[in-house]
Amino acid sequence: METISVLEDRKNQIYRKGQDSFDISCEKKSLAGAVSQRACVFCGSRVVLYPIADALHLIHGPIGCASYTWDIRGALSSGPELHRMSFSTDLSETDIVFGGEKKLEKALFELIEEYEPKAAFVYCTCIVGIIGDDVEAVCKKVAAKVGIPVLPVHSEGFKGTKKDGYKAACDALFKLIELNRKPEKQIPLSINILGEFNIGGETWIIKEYYRRMGIEVVAVMTGDGRVAEVQSAHRACLNVVQCSGSLTYLAKDMEKAYGIPYIRVSYFGIEDTSDALYDVAAFFEDTPKIMERTKTLVQEEVKTILPELSALKKDLTGKRAAIYVGGAFKAFSLIKALKHLGMAVVLVGSQTGNKDDYALLREMCDPGTVILDDANPLELAKYVMEKDAHLFIGGVKERPIAYKLGIGFCDHNHERKIPLVGFEGMENFAREVHETVTSPVWDLVPRKAFNRAISKKG
Amino acid sequence: MMPKKIKTKPYTATRNACKMCTPLGAALVFHGIEGTIPLLHGSQGCSTYMRRYLISHFREPVDIASSNFSEDTAIFGGGDNLRLAIENVARQYTPEMIGIATTCLSETIGDDVPMILDGMDKKVDPTILVHVSTPSYTGTHVDGFHGAVHAVVERCNPVTEKTTDALKTRKKINVFPGMLSNEDIRHLKEIFTDFSDVRTPIDTQSPDAIKNGIDSYAMGNNTEFTILPDYSERLEGPSWEDYQAIQKGGTPVREIKAMNRATASMEFGSILASTVDQGEKSAGSLLKERFDIPLASLGIPVGVKATDLFFERLEELTATPIPEKYKKQRGRLIDAYVDGNKYVSRQRAVVYGEEDFVVAIAGFLAEVGIIPVLCASGGKSGFLQKALEEILPKNILEQVTVHPGMDFTRMEQTAGALEPDFVIGNSKGYTLSRHLNIPLVRVGFPIHDRIGGPRILHIGYKGAQELFDTIVNTLLQRRQDTSKTGYAYM
Ligand code: SF4
Ligand code: SF4
Repeated sequence: METISVLEDRKNQIYRKGQDSFDISCEKKSLAGAVSQRACVFCGSRVVLYPIADALHLIHGPIGCASYTWDIRGALSSGPELHRMSFSTDLSETDIVFGGEKKLEKALFELIEEYEPKAAFVYCTCIVGIIGDDVEAVCKKVAAKVGIPVLPVHSEGFKGTKKDGYKAACDALFKLIELNRKPEKQIPLSINILGEFNIGGETWIIKEYYRRMGIEVVAVMTGDGRVAEVQSAHRACLNVVQCSGSLTYLAKDMEKAYGIPYIRVSYFGIEDTSDALYDVAAFFEDTPKIMERTKTLVQEEVKTILPELSALKKDLTGKRAAIYVGGAFKAFSLIKALKHLGMAVVLVGSQTGNKDDYALLREMCDPGTVILDDANPLELAKYVMEKDAHLFIGGVKERPIAYKLGIGFCDHNHERKIPLVGFEGMENFAREVHETVTSPVWDLVPRKAFNRAISKKG
Repeated sequence: MMPKKIKTKPYTATRNACKMCTPLGAALVFHGIEGTIPLLHGSQGCSTYMRRYLISHFREPVDIASSNFSEDTAIFGGGDNLRLAIENVARQYTPEMIGIATTCLSETIGDDVPMILDGMDKKVDPTILVHVSTPSYTGTHVDGFHGAVHAVVERCNPVTEKTTDALKTRKKINVFPGMLSNEDIRHLKEIFTDFSDVRTPIDTQSPDAIKNGIDSYAMGNNTEFTILPDYSERLEGPSWEDYQAIQKGGTPVREIKAMNRATASMEFGSILASTVDQGEKSAGSLLKERFDIPLASLGIPVGVKATDLFFERLEELTATPIPEKYKKQRGRLIDAYVDGNKYVSRQRAVVYGEEDFVVAIAGFLAEVGIIPVLCASGGKSGFLQKALEEILPKNILEQVTVHPGMDFTRMEQTAGALEPDFVIGNSKGYTLSRHLNIPLVRVGFPIHDRIGGPRILHIGYKGAQELFDTIVNTLLQRRQDTSKTGYAYM
């Protein structure tokens, strides 16, 4: 029997509610050799910008970074699909020695000529940061010749974490808006949706709610995104930011530059979705009709899904869930949504949560819940077994951990194909959880012996 | 459907690459060695992306550690990070071996890894440290794969341990199959085991067995074999009864250490053989050089002809005739070729993937009458054309466009004009097949859009049988789907 011990340097990133009294340590660089589930700065930038479907996304570096991210997300577009291509400068040894600027320039000209994008983003990967290409200068030169915005995204993998990638992407988005800003009038009763990426068509669901409420959506950043849309974002009255980590930087920049206020919301689960819509309605309090419509909308939607939710809840009540997600905001919503289904959360963690996030998690969780920052496969397995969870909610990298341990799994990451936002998203989520938790295959896996394997010393 | 614009001039950017980067191949090899954890010396992102990529294919846990560069590391060198990473991996996993592969980053800043590792061996003893240099800008995942196999064999078989001939009385074969599927590796084991006609399994725990490094695959005629790498169990194991920090399976390190006592080595891949001829090193060539172990190089045994060659070599090396079972498989296979000949004859296929794999598949297609109209690969060893010339008959070769260093977008633009009937290769060709509106027969690595990719069998008579059936049925399905009549007999 193997025991799993936790590395000494990681111990203050693991917290047990009701047992530990220290503040969980977070926002640290991952420990060398610890097999973090995190990706890199580039990953953060890419996640944010990629759904812009009529832009060219060129990854400047050796091939891997582009190969592994080719069409990996389920971010849908209602029109062009340029974002689903994987473009790379595919640097070779001579480029590393003599610099990649010429190749980058040539690649940009060719690609822009052939694909006629409305803008181009050039993602700098690790190597570019080392060989010192002046990407800024190349972009400027190309932009001047071709007449579209060509923007560098400073996403060298080693220069921080995924969050720094969000920031680099926000910088690029802000520049894009600035580049084209004319003194145009504000659009009444309008919002921008930030931090929503149209995974499985989620943007469309949310947009439809706002349409029914009588609110105009100026730009979505970046789900089903278009360059022109992004460039008119400064005309909205309010920024509604989902996914606290990724687009808040942009919301703050826009507040400073254009005086557009922002609110934070989440569209996962009945409670959070309703709150989101009510908060937006409340912002437009001078138009009371909006609040009325919102109330009707919420009532109608909730009524539609409640019967099925109650039916599913019967089988799920008392089951235990483990959550490991990228941004902590998602965990908050998931805890609430799972409670709605009668389930208890016994483990919750995130790759990039901050102090406030973890404080809130601590408040929300039941005693005994394990809270993890920047966990690795060994730790996740250890606590999933210790807590004897029935369900794991995470991404592709967590899936095999759950399955090997013989428990259900629900993908809540960018690669899923099913929309999980809004009211119908809650219904989809409940169905998916139900399907996996109640699958008869768990009866066949040799799972019962697990508890014995738990290390007492960790 | 014809592509919008056909570009024939070289294109600067790579669009939808038909290759992965070097360390990925190395990481896969390390997963095929018992008790081994791969550690990439570079930024976190590379490891995580490769894990995700491999997990999506194998649907198994794939742990790859990272030395996790920061800005400081990039400026002052990665020595401290790498040493810390090694200690942490050793502490968390207590591995038998840590396979350290560099990334573009550590290579570019010029980290001297052997120097960094100096003295580390003792610190983490008995864990063995193996280092392979894998800058991605010089090759593809294939180079990383072969490089890692070579590095492990080199590290475990130092010249000083050169054995006396007396110890070589036993027949023992080293097998370096290259990047095959789990099912392929399992089939290889089956073949070798059957060849041995084992009647009494050898007790591997007996003092004699331990002394002589004999493993459980010992053959009745005293021939043993060691396959490196073997990820067939580790990356396709059963549901866990108990927690496994490192999944079970993989080539045992003690067997790799005994490779210098083998009587022969066998290495798959005609492209690999060509690079060895040019002076590059492979695991097989190293053992030949250092220990005079004869090396049998042959193409990946896909299809009747290539498999015949494989069995012939095996008969020679083991001095054992081919078991009846395989003769029967061969018989059934050829009979099936006959039954299906008209469904496939003169059909046109686009083949892509690793160069050696492309050569093997093309050879198989040609022997059943399918024309591999486009043979493409993201790799550019410089030997693809030559290897195809050697395996394809002249009348077919004339109709083949060969394209090394190709990405999927150019492949799509080129393929349209060649009017292919189907596409055969990994799942990354799905977009291409969808745009060309022709079916995709999924083989090789990776398979990201289906379950069971690692269970696809390519090699041996049995593998050819499965490939043939799949191709014929794919074509029949297509004919049914596109016909107005909906024939119930085909
Ligand atoms: S930097 Fe090199 S090793 Fe890392 S993912 Fe990119 S190509 Fe691969
Ligand atoms: S090279 Fe850098 S940017 Fe690319 S995947 Fe690796 S860590 Fe990320």
